[in-house]
Amino acid sequence: MRKIYSKIDSIAGNVITVSADGIKYGDLAVVSSTYGDSLANVIRLDGEKVALQVFSGGRGISTGDEVRFLGHPMEVSFSDNLLGRIFTGSGKPRDKGPTLEENMIEIGGPSVNPAMRIIPRNMIRTGIPMIDVFNSLVESQKLPIFSVSGEPYNELLARIAMQAEVDMIILGGMGLKYDDYLYFKETLENGGAMSRTIFFVHTAADPIVECLLVPDLSLAVAEKFALQGKKVLVLLTDMTNFSDAMKEIAITMEQVPSNRGYPGDLYSQLASRYEKAVDFEGAGSITILAVTTMPGDDVTHPVPDNTGYITEGQYYLRNGRIEPFGSLSRLKQMVNKDTREDHRALMDGMIKLYASYKESLEKMSMGFRMSDWDEKLLKYGERFEAEMMDLSVNIPLEKALDKGWEILGESFTSEETGLRTDLINKFWPGKKEEN
Amino acid sequence: MIKSSGKVVGVNGNMVSVEVEGQVSLNEVGYIVLGDQRLKSEVIRIKGSRAEMQVFEMTTGIGIGDAVELTGELLAVELGPGLLTQIFDGLQNPLPQLAEKCGFFLQRGIYLNALPRDKKWDFTPLVKAGASVTDGDSLGFVPEGIFKHQIMVPFNYTDSYTVKKIVPAGKYTVETEIAVIEDEKGNQFPVTMMFTWPVKRAITSYAERLKPVDPMITKVRIIDTFLPVALGGTYCIPGPFGAGKTVLQQVTSRHAEVDIVIIAACGERAGEVVETLKEFPELIDPKTGKSLMERTIIICNTSSMPVAAREASVYTAVTLAEYYRQMGLNCLLLADSTSRWAQAMREMSGRLEEIPGEEAFPAYLESVIAGFYERAGLVRLRNGKQGSVTIGGTVSPAGGNFEEPVTQATLKVVGAFHGLSRERSDARKYPAIHPLDSWSKYSSIIPHEQVEYARKILFRGNEVGQMMKVVGEEGTSIDDYITYLKSDFLDYVYLQQNSFDPVDAAVSVERQKYVFTILIDILAASFSLTSKNDARHFFNQLRQKFLDFNGSEWQGEGFKKLENEIKSMVADKKNS
Repeated sequence: MRKIYSKIDSIAGNVITVSADGIKYGDLAVVSSTYGDSLANVIRLDGEKVALQVFSGGRGISTGDEVRFLGHPMEVSFSDNLLGRIFTGSGKPRDKGPTLEENMIEIGGPSVNPAMRIIPRNMIRTGIPMIDVFNSLVESQKLPIFSVSGEPYNELLARIAMQAEVDMIILGGMGLKYDDYLYFKETLENGGAMSRTIFFVHTAADPIVECLLVPDLSLAVAEKFALQGKKVLVLLTDMTNFSDAMKEIAITMEQVPSNRGYPGDLYSQLASRYEKAVDFEGAGSITILAVTTMPGDDVTHPVPDNTGYITEGQYYLRNGRIEPFGSLSRLKQMVNKDTREDHRALMDGMIKLYASYKESLEKMSMGFRMSDWDEKLLKYGERFEAEMMDLSVNIPLEKALDKGWEILGESFTSEETGLRTDLINKFWPGKKEEN
Repeated sequence: MIKSSGKVVGVNGNMVSVEVEGQVSLNEVGYIVLGDQRLKSEVIRIKGSRAEMQVFEMTTGIGIGDAVELTGELLAVELGPGLLTQIFDGLQNPLPQLAEKCGFFLQRGIYLNALPRDKKWDFTPLVKAGASVTDGDSLGFVPEGIFKHQIMVPFNYTDSYTVKKIVPAGKYTVETEIAVIEDEKGNQFPVTMMFTWPVKRAITSYAERLKPVDPMITKVRIIDTFLPVALGGTYCIPGPFGAGKTVLQQVTSRHAEVDIVIIAACGERAGEVVETLKEFPELIDPKTGKSLMERTIIICNTSSMPVAAREASVYTAVTLAEYYRQMGLNCLLLADSTSRWAQAMREMSGRLEEIPGEEAFPAYLESVIAGFYERAGLVRLRNGKQGSVTIGGTVSPAGGNFEEPVTQATLKVVGAFHGLSRERSDARKYPAIHPLDSWSKYSSIIPHEQVEYARKILFRGNEVGQMMKVVGEEGTSIDDYITYLKSDFLDYVYLQQNSFDPVDAAVSVERQKYVFTILIDILAASFSLTSKNDARHFFNQLRQKFLDFNGSEWQGEGFKKLENEIKSMVADKKNS
């Protein structure tokens, strides 16, 4: 029987200190107050003084409340029973299902040996042309979606969760609005994707400490499934809330802030989560897509800035579309050579023409006269936006490529596109039949 | 040395406070005993009998009262034959061997020998019994890949010694005693092929430091011609994310004309290291005909590996570089990224509750960065040979803003600055080094006046370009417009380089000199071009030809044909 401590020395924000001995760094404890039990974990040891962060927050905790140490660090249950379930940031059921306590695993485990990693090689198809065609998502990649509040990033994530060709989805919600949580739940339930999904959701109303645990819980579970051979896609939204939660705790702990109040280890903290993305040779993989909202649409804000240094490219979601400029999947070269011979050329060609369309648009808005070429570009650009960029378009890669040729064919003559002759002969609409 | 012990009295992140019984020294290594695991740590502050230690592993599970064993030794690396081709973590643990032992994950508390103990090396003695030797003198050599690995008197034996015994030529392991040396007082010391050296102390077993003069050829035109780096010099590459820092480092690690390349992947993505790991063994070094891996050591402490070991990793890397320098070799250390190293220092400083400097970096940031880059240098060894350590570090400034402390502290101490620009990388201009903002204090392979002339054209062209944005093409004089086109042309055909093209990816000095003469001729010429359309058309055509020229085999048929075409095109339009 573990010893129970009933004198709390100090309470500041979510952090309490008790005097206790025999406690290990990182250990879990249960704090029982009049408002119910809450988990807490040890974040500092100083002699017999033990500092704990209380998952459900410090509010209402009295100095006379009981603290009971469990003698192990934070754990989460891992089994197939997790599938289709919804949990909070401390791993408790949020749906009406039973509490799971079998096969507990540690969270925040060691990182993968770099010598055991392999060069990424498989594409993950999502049915979204702006991803599949222009910035292919690659198995084991980590990519953020840079966006601003108000953009449909959660809708995008839900669509990816429904359509992505993976074995299972783990959705980690941090600081989610309750409506958004319900939206995810309904969309996946209606789409019949719930059975391959696990939710770890912290809503905006929940205690802030639970927000910090969401990525670790999601990724610990993902890692185990991946080792069993599953292709796991982890969707995280929103990592800026996660960083803000970290900032809040750091300030409470009186840590010296580095940049705009964020703790000095922001980079390492984010990296230790993102670097969980991996392709295990001979087993499964973890791919991470994470929303990062940019406060004030400023990419130099510490959160998107540090994220950009960690991840392998980024998607920019602006005006309800994935921007072709700025968005980049660094690993796309690894996979788009093996899809279809026209993939790379068409990708480059269409983007170049779209860039020209933007220039024409600028000319038009400044009142310059439009040439025939400008008119063609305008027509092309509009079709490109409506039939490729729009988020509601859901077609497989090959269909999307065919669609690309169709749009080009109806907007330009084949010479105007600057595409290679052998590809034109093979794919140009109308020419296919001639040959 | 006296070995002390202690007990844990506090844990805060990766910092552990220890109550020590007996003596303790700063930067001494200790182990925290956790059941059957021993976690390596380093003393970073001492106050009375209380020592603060940074732990090189995750600290979960450490409790008050846990035993601590102090070793009395500083954090050190093993030096000896067998370092080349290896992949180490920041504490010199060989990662592939660790993977064999532990599988996919890095298990904490497991430390393996850096040098293989069972491998036998073919030793040839160079001295005889009775010879007088001191630190850094060769006792013999063993072949290590393409090099003659010198077996030296360990660098801490700084007095003069007499060789009492030396083994005959034969095969020995690194732990075999190969010689016995005796000092003037008659104390005898056994010498093996392997010894350890503390990473934070520079190796100084040489006659004198020299001024770096000879260029280190990178085969990247913009660097060799405009922003050269000297053998034994230092340079830094700051740039925002996605501007191509790592790619530039990778290209340099492949093509640089040095003997040994040490890559320190410090706090960056594991994925990038993997590319190097998997590709290097396949790539052939044109100079030696052997795999590139034979001249490479990789120190890999990626972003998710423990932070304290990240801090150690750059020192581990530079110590290995200095070791090979002592054999008269030219070593290049590529550190990617020094910002992550500085951040590791910041994390530790925060835990120590030191008074923070700018952006919470510790006040000693500048002196530590300076101390690191000062370990580069060209030296004359006692045997008259020269060896060098060149250091190239990337910097990842927050928000891409070069005003931040790490970039500024680095700029103070390096000899060349290759600033990457977001603008150029967005425009897919590779390498994205900004030609006007960057600088170098070293001398180029091309005569100074010619480089200055070309730079002037770039500068002037940039001015005209800015002006044109306001007044439009119509408001620009034809002379200015031609200057603008010339600068644009120079940018396209010389500053930019296609790293995917087999020929253009690496350009020899000979070719750079040759091509630059043709280029300078074009830049200096006055052309009879009357309309802007003509001028643009002419330069577009010339550019296309020149790009093809860049892609043609050196002195091959295509090369000569295109050269003549370019020359006649220029001659046609040139005012005599």
